[in-house]
Amino acid sequence: MPDKRTVHVIITGFGGQGIVMAGEILGKAATLYDTKHATMAQNYGPEARGGACSSQIIISPEEILFPYIEEPEILVCMSQEAYTKNIKTLLTEGTLIWDTDLVHTRKTDMHFKTFHIPATRFAEKLGSKMMANIVMLGFLSAVEHLVHAEALKKAIADSVPAATKEKNIQAFTAGREYGNSIVKGLLKLEQAKHQD
Amino acid sequence: MLAKEVKTGMHFINGDEACCEGALAAGCRFFAGYPITPATEIAEAMSRRLPELGGIYIQMEDEIASMATILGASWGGVKSMTSTSGPGFSLMMENIGLGICTETPCVVCNVQRGGPSTGLPTLVGQGDMMQARWGSHGHYEIIALSPSSPQEMFDMTILAFNLSEQYRLPVMIMADEVVGHMTERVVVPREEEIEVIDRRKPTVPPEEYNLYHADADGVAPMANCGDGYRIHVTGLTHDERGYPAMDAKSHEKMVSRLVGKIRNNKDKIIRTKNSYLDDAEVVVVSYGISARSAMQAVRDARKEGIKAGLIKLETVWPFPENLIRSLAPQVKGFLMAEINGGQMVLELERCAGGACPVGLVSNFGGAIISPGLISNAISRIRRGTA
Amino acid sequence: MTTQKAPKAIPPHPMDSLLRTERMPHIWCPGCGIGTVFSAVLAAIKNTGWDPDSIAMVSGIGCTGRMAGYIRLDSFHTTHGRALPFATGLKLAKPETKLIVVSGDGDLFAIGGNHFIHAARRNMDITVVCVNNFNYGMTGGQQAPSTPLGAKTTTSINGSPEEPFNFCHLASACGATYVARWTAMQVRSLRSSIGEALHKRGFSFVEVIAPCPSSFGRRNRMGSALEMLKFYHGRSVIRGDIDPKDATMDIDREIVVGKFVDIERPTFMDHYEKINRSQMPQWRSMHPDHQKGR
Repeated sequence: MPDKRTVHVIITGFGGQGIVMAGEILGKAATLYDTKHATMAQNYGPEARGGACSSQIIISPEEILFPYIEEPEILVCMSQEAYTKNIKTLLTEGTLIWDTDLVHTRKTDMHFKTFHIPATRFAEKLGSKMMANIVMLGFLSAVEHLVHAEALKKAIADSVPAATKEKNIQAFTAGREYGNSIVKGLLKLEQAKHQD
Repeated sequence: MLAKEVKTGMHFINGDEACCEGALAAGCRFFAGYPITPATEIAEAMSRRLPELGGIYIQMEDEIASMATILGASWGGVKSMTSTSGPGFSLMMENIGLGICTETPCVVCNVQRGGPSTGLPTLVGQGDMMQARWGSHGHYEIIALSPSSPQEMFDMTILAFNLSEQYRLPVMIMADEVVGHMTERVVVPREEEIEVIDRRKPTVPPEEYNLYHADADGVAPMANCGDGYRIHVTGLTHDERGYPAMDAKSHEKMVSRLVGKIRNNKDKIIRTKNSYLDDAEVVVVSYGISARSAMQAVRDARKEGIKAGLIKLETVWPFPENLIRSLAPQVKGFLMAEINGGQMVLELERCAGGACPVGLVSNFGGAIISPGLISNAISRIRRGTA
Repeated sequence: MTTQKAPKAIPPHPMDSLLRTERMPHIWCPGCGIGTVFSAVLAAIKNTGWDPDSIAMVSGIGCTGRMAGYIRLDSFHTTHGRALPFATGLKLAKPETKLIVVSGDGDLFAIGGNHFIHAARRNMDITVVCVNNFNYGMTGGQQAPSTPLGAKTTTSINGSPEEPFNFCHLASACGATYVARWTAMQVRSLRSSIGEALHKRGFSFVEVIAPCPSSFGRRNRMGSALEMLKFYHGRSVIRGDIDPKDATMDIDREIVVGKFVDIERPTFMDHYEKINRSQMPQWRSMHPDHQKGR
């Protein structure tokens, strides 16, 4: 059942991971293929080139006025730097999601609702690590009900190059099924990698 | 397969791209510009879209040339526009004046960033509002719009073209970095649902035609280059024929009409979006991205039982003078929210005429105004402690 | 600057059909070289036999810029230095129109210098006629980018401390497809060069060395207008097909005149259509009247 709240999501990683595209797909799914409002703001400036990269998406059943995110309810980290930089903004009752292989978390951050998936590894197995963002979206759709999965699939089909459509839908499904298994307790989470 | 001029349907696009789609839907087929953050995405979108529609995208050597070029294109009978940000807007001022003086329809979109000078290229500002009004030399009137969302970027770009064609002048879209870069749903109507206004053409033969002989509304029908009217167009003060006329009387006549065609039609031009005004004690006036924070603050105030209202300026110039004058004696105060040191607030104060207090919530640029700051100011104005 | 009173009965001028006779008398000083150049432009236009409604003139600010106000064509007197970008917009919006830009040395090469080099680089299909009188005549004779080293103007009373441009060399280096220079005395060559320039596809440039007796001539003790004409003519050396870098422009030594460049090069529009045609098989009109549904 999709969320009735206004949810602030930050997806963050480094340039080339398709971070902005992941945000766009989430926004498209919410606004074009679901019945919600969404506002995506981008981080510009020197930090937007090459290094750290983030996209901020607000999803709400109501009109969104203030477009910036100060304290996200959901933080998705796809790089160590992104995690270190953004973790302090996450709301206490928020959800922290990360790529198992790319982020070493601190044990002190485990009070959040936490989920992790080796998204990049999954994507590599499916043929291209470029699809890690899509695997992550599938995983996100299973652990947090922001928009309907069908809407997300349509948004993916709409956003990726036509030739890679099927592969990307597979990537989404793989991430989503992994997430579902974990939520239902059918699968044991891999051991997270901690800093301390 | 030919490309679609109007991309009917729903899109999740940013404000700059929405501006491009609005322009194309309004019939714009010519763009001359110079890349500048945060307006570059408009030029990029235009460079992709115009060639597939048979239009022209040309990247000029600077913004002076860009502005001159779109004026030339407009006299060639093609709807034209340029986009820029502060530093480029400064360079455009010279030929914006030529456009005003020669009554040339075109559109200039300024995606504002923090200034002065190079300032904050990637961060928001609303500091060019007075520059839009008075930036070129001499006395004149302008029309400027201020969108608050990608959807409004689309809608107001169409409106800007329509107003420019109807009143024969460069119309400015005073957007800002956040609106330009934010991505939201944009609904593009069917082509037949979009109202498009084209410039009035002469109805008399060339020997009876005067380029600046105005109709009753103060606007003259416009012959384009090559229509057989052998027009002469000059930035010098000119008479009805368009010929230079170097004396005070001719100048008075020409400028009176340039000013009059806007002032006398301002009720038809001015657009505001009013919310909760009927019983409002404190009225917030705002525009562009700041109007969204203002709306949030007004709604929050209402939840607390404070009778706050909002006037969102869609046309920032001309300013809704009569509306402010009529409200001033009835309210406890006005509040302007804008990202500059206080520009449109001067106009608000002028129109309030001392009948009630006028406050300002602002910063100099780089960040949008948080709704909380506006809420606090609403409370202060209401308590009379502003 | 003095203006002449119109004589009572004016005999018809052979170029009347191309003149806004109601605007006479003009503002140019007696002896000014612009009149000669204007006549040459009018004659060259007439010789083309083109429909006058398919030709437009764009000018900048200055004495030469006023030509646009006297020619009975669609004509545009724009801002200082901006004639070329304005003409660029007009040309691209109406590619079938023949565009002539007329302006002075200061307008085209000082304030408008950047636009000149880029219009030539793009090979905009425009003909530029530059009247070079070595100073800003309209405003009483100030130093220009053409003012010879040591020449006196109101802003260089001890002599200009700057070296001037060689406009033909500049135009050629920037990619102009046609480049010629004449003095105002060489009317027939000038007329024929302007004609060739008008027929040339691409950015064509004709420079005319013209006397400004009221300002430049007076301040540099060059005598009457006729003496100035003869002086420039006397300094001139005709050398066709010379490398434009060797086309010396030095009023103290020699003024090399002739046609220096006459080449073929694709125009902006040639490239634009070719590169973008793959996107759109049929090139559509941009004009609102011709667009479908409107």
